[in-house]
Amino acid sequence: MPGKYDVPYMQRTRDFYRAQGYEKDYVWANHDETPFAPLPKPLRECRLGLITTAMPDTVEGRSKRQVYASMTTPTPHSMYTDELSWQKTVTHTNDLGSFLPINHLRSTARAGVFESLSGRFYSAPTEYSKRNTVEKDAPRILELCREDQIDVAMLVPL
Amino acid sequence: MSLVSRHLEENGIPTVIIGSALDVVEHCGVARYLHTDFPLGNPCGDPGNIFGQIGIVRRAIKLLEEAEGPGTTWRTNQSWRGGDEWRDDYAKVDDSNREELRLRGEKRRQQQVAAKASGETRAPMISEA
Repeated sequence: MPGKYDVPYMQRTRDFYRAQGYEKDYVWANHDETPFAPLPKPLRECRLGLITTAMPDTVEGRSKRQVYASMTTPTPHSMYTDELSWQKTVTHTNDLGSFLPINHLRSTARAGVFESLSGRFYSAPTEYSKRNTVEKDAPRILELCREDQIDVAMLVPL
Repeated sequence: MSLVSRHLEENGIPTVIIGSALDVVEHCGVARYLHTDFPLGNPCGDPGNIFGQIGIVRRAIKLLEEAEGPGTTWRTNQSWRGGDEWRDDYAKVDDSNREELRLRGEKRRQQQVAAKASGETRAPMISEA
């Protein structure tokens, strides 16, 4: 199919699993209703938190899939992304700004668009198990957001 | 990540997702989503294109501020520099790789059995490449 079209990732993934001999299709989360929180105050007064699916590029981050909180300053040089399903045949993740925009958010805060970037960003593992995400990781990320007094969050899955 | 976003929204924290898998995010249902029509891996812009990256981040911030209700999707106006071939190539299955994928699946299942036996309770999605 040539030209521009939205890639059907769910169907492609189902076919990819089947080709590897898995008989049961992955079932993506689906909901009838979607929660929506309005801004609690003007954006220029908000502290922003950043959440990524990339893991810290450390011995622990490379070997253990879990939620991590890492410092935004200094900006990390790299993140561990090997286990994620990004399109390795056509691109790379060597430029942090292309998937973890810490520096761009910092400069945007300096311009007065929002109050500040939180001192920590969080890694949330992409999980086969929705249960791990819903029962363990999401509550842990919320806890961290509260500890860091985050008003709004930007989430960037690879 | 969509599930994390929903959990934060349910607990009063407004969120915006920047991503490149439109169908997956919209199937789950999130409050605010900025779609970058790029290969998976660089939702915030082309590697090396700082101005493009800043543009995407600023647009996501604007979406955070301006969305009036759940399920608000905006698209960035940027196109992938390398043409459109990547769309057909993602997780492609055809006669050229069918046998390789079958063997890869067998190997992965053996690894999964070993991981489970060692007490591992977490597994990533299958990586595309």
